[in-house]
Amino acid sequence: MHTSIQGNIHYQKELNCHTEAGCVGEFSVLIGGKAGDGISQAGQLISSVFSSLGYHVYQYVDYPSLIRGGHNFCIIRAAEFPVAAFRSGINALIALDQQTVDLHARKLSEGGVIIYDSDRVRTSGEGISLAPLIQAHEGIPIMGNTAIVSALFRYLGLSWKCIEPILRKKLPKQTEKNLQIARAAWDLITPKWAIPVPGGISRPFFSGNEWIGLGLLLGGLDAYIAYPMTPSSGILHFLASVADETGIQVYHPESEIAVILMALGFSYAGKKVAVGTSGGGFCLMTEGLSLAGQAEIPIVIIVAQRTGPSTGLPTYTAQSDLMFIRHAGQGEFPRWIAAPATPQEALFLSAEAIRIAWQFQIPAIILSDKSFSEGLFTGASELPDISPISFADPAFPYRRYEDTQDGISPLLFPPHPHEIVKVNSYTHDVEGITTEDPHITMLMADKRKRKARALQEHIDVQESVIIAGEKSAPVCVIAWGSVRGQVMELVTDNSFRLVSPLILEPFPIKTFKAAIEGSQKIIIVEESATGQIDKILKEHGITPDELILRYDGRPSSIEELQNLIRRVL
Amino acid sequence: MSPPSTPTLISQAKNTWCPGCGNFAIQHAFRNVVEQLEKEGIPREKIVLVSGIGCHAKIVDYFELNSFYSLHGRTIPVATGIKMANPDLKVICFAGDGDLYAEGLDHLIHAAKRNVDITVICHNNRVYGLTTGQYTPTSPYGYRGRSTPNGIHEHPINIIEIMLGAGATFVARAYSRNIPLLKRVIHEAICHPGFAHIDVLQICATFLNMTSFYDEHVYETSEANISQFEVACRTGQQWDYSDKGPIPLGIFYKIIRPGLPEGGEHKPVERKGAVLEIIRRFS
Repeated sequence: MHTSIQGNIHYQKELNCHTEAGCVGEFSVLIGGKAGDGISQAGQLISSVFSSLGYHVYQYVDYPSLIRGGHNFCIIRAAEFPVAAFRSGINALIALDQQTVDLHARKLSEGGVIIYDSDRVRTSGEGISLAPLIQAHEGIPIMGNTAIVSALFRYLGLSWKCIEPILRKKLPKQTEKNLQIARAAWDLITPKWAIPVPGGISRPFFSGNEWIGLGLLLGGLDAYIAYPMTPSSGILHFLASVADETGIQVYHPESEIAVILMALGFSYAGKKVAVGTSGGGFCLMTEGLSLAGQAEIPIVIIVAQRTGPSTGLPTYTAQSDLMFIRHAGQGEFPRWIAAPATPQEALFLSAEAIRIAWQFQIPAIILSDKSFSEGLFTGASELPDISPISFADPAFPYRRYEDTQDGISPLLFPPHPHEIVKVNSYTHDVEGITTEDPHITMLMADKRKRKARALQEHIDVQESVIIAGEKSAPVCVIAWGSVRGQVMELVTDNSFRLVSPLILEPFPIKTFKAAIEGSQKIIIVEESATGQIDKILKEHGITPDELILRYDGRPSSIEELQNLIRRVL
Repeated sequence: MSPPSTPTLISQAKNTWCPGCGNFAIQHAFRNVVEQLEKEGIPREKIVLVSGIGCHAKIVDYFELNSFYSLHGRTIPVATGIKMANPDLKVICFAGDGDLYAEGLDHLIHAAKRNVDITVICHNNRVYGLTTGQYTPTSPYGYRGRSTPNGIHEHPINIIEIMLGAGATFVARAYSRNIPLLKRVIHEAICHPGFAHIDVLQICATFLNMTSFYDEHVYETSEANISQFEVACRTGQQWDYSDKGPIPLGIFYKIIRPGLPEGGEHKPVERKGAVLEIIRRFS
């Protein structure tokens, strides 16, 4: 793996935390209300203000699968160091309804404040009567969010001079009216805190889905095909919104079956294409996945996991599809699976997925989850270096499935003036013509096996496993995907090493074994009920000692995880 | 002096269709159409064939042309992707009735709805051949197959009505024993700028030989008013795939309507710069 992934990320923090809301240099806000109140957008406004002030920000979004009513909340954690998890405690609670106070007030840490809409909420703290304030400025109800966000930053001791240009930039619609309302709320609050302004660059702030989308663009994506499915739809929405300026095609057809088959059509005709879905949609894609394996057609697939089985919890997280995705599709064929946990990894690995898919002519899968896909993260503005895809030149007369040393046949895309390109879902000969000949059947299976070997060799020389914490500690914690973000926060306060595979298939066993060398206790932390990576490790003769499994659809806070790990240490 | 030799359109693959199969006629007609298209300036390398799975599908192995031998029922999404990726290609689907009207019916309806510029030729022998004679969505009422030994008590679907209802802009029926009509309809379908569907009646020599019934009932319908939807509906309703005729053949409906791929070029954009610009905007 390219080193630039980790180049700008420093997880180790110098500070010791004494409260559940963290310590100097970080600040947590929870904003809650009813579905339809625009909680996620208000959360993003808070996050982007923190980001503009120079903070690193992570935003967790929690919402039920409905459009109106129900309880929505976001936790925004801003810190002077990179963050990818939330704490159990909060410093400020913004309540747009009573339920928010009833459910979350207990999370307030010492000195914490509740800022609330006094028309709808009965509690103590800083109440603002939003309705008359909006009425006075002839605004619309959603502008109450601007007012309450403004009140928060006033309470935190910022100057209007500092906040006004940020709000102006972040509120492009009805800007003047929004600013009037923000100012009116501002004037009602007396500052009580004086949070530092780290300054420096304003970091780009995107959801995991958007970071993945940016990575695909960087990798040279020509087309993105998807059917809406939470929590992957953000990629579809994002890429559709930037399709014109980036020159890509984005299409939403009738089903996930159509999605993957259409994508294979794009790929056959020479376009770099990706598809995105969650577990249920991936079920429908499996016949197309196997077709990609047999016909050796490159494709990138993003799978954002949610709680299963079946429809499960549509808007909550899980890591329970790893074994499914690793084994999906009839027959045996190589595939590549990677699980990013940071914005820089999402950028790099999504671009890398395209490179791998086209170089090896296989399905390359980015395995995300709700926490990563819909969580929002500040990241670096520098882009990773993406090396170009190396293609072998085709020999003529062209044969699509030419048998080669590494099993990789040169690619050619129609139209070619004197060559034809035949791909086939049946077992086929080197020209792509259907065959049932036993020798050719073996030859083609062996060709796929040689490709798998070449792929394994390729990942074995890359940085495919992230190691953090005390590298020789006897206790070794294994986590992958978004859970790594939670464990990362604990590595300096606990004497363990964190070993996290970035590539899950082919499993980078050599690199992994080197990383766990000398460990006496192996603990897996995963959001599944049965332990998915546990099974992979056991295949390789590694028997973990403890499994910390969470399967209620919710990601763990840093403190919850800390307690769980301490219990098994 | 002999003219420069053109490589053959027929591949070296061994043909395994049953003697008397209607697929031979479709293969023959299509070969003639490709030769005609070449004379008209469409080079053969711009033709891409997409097949489903079934007896019909072997046709792509038998042609020395670009091809994507896809999955049962899935010709249309594959063909749509190819066409969107490169609008310069002529993409032709060969599908079977079990393939296209059972497993792939949703794709067919949506392709008609979005008027994607591809041609779909359905080898409608009204039975599954390759899996040994089970009923399909167009099998006659009462048909006894190995999965329905007591006969089916469902009426066949009238695919012409479905296509008209779904918004297809070119709807036709042909018959494998009327080769001149078959050639003309395939040629017109490929030249039609939009979604073209041809239901080709053919017999299954092994499991459902309806030659004499078709020969007695088919006739070539007038194509004078093919832009009129109501006329097309009436033509389509003349035969409901039952044992009563008459069976109209020809182009039932043809109109021009915008569809996929939408116009406009997808210009290559310098990607790193575009990504940096998006990131800048969101910082």
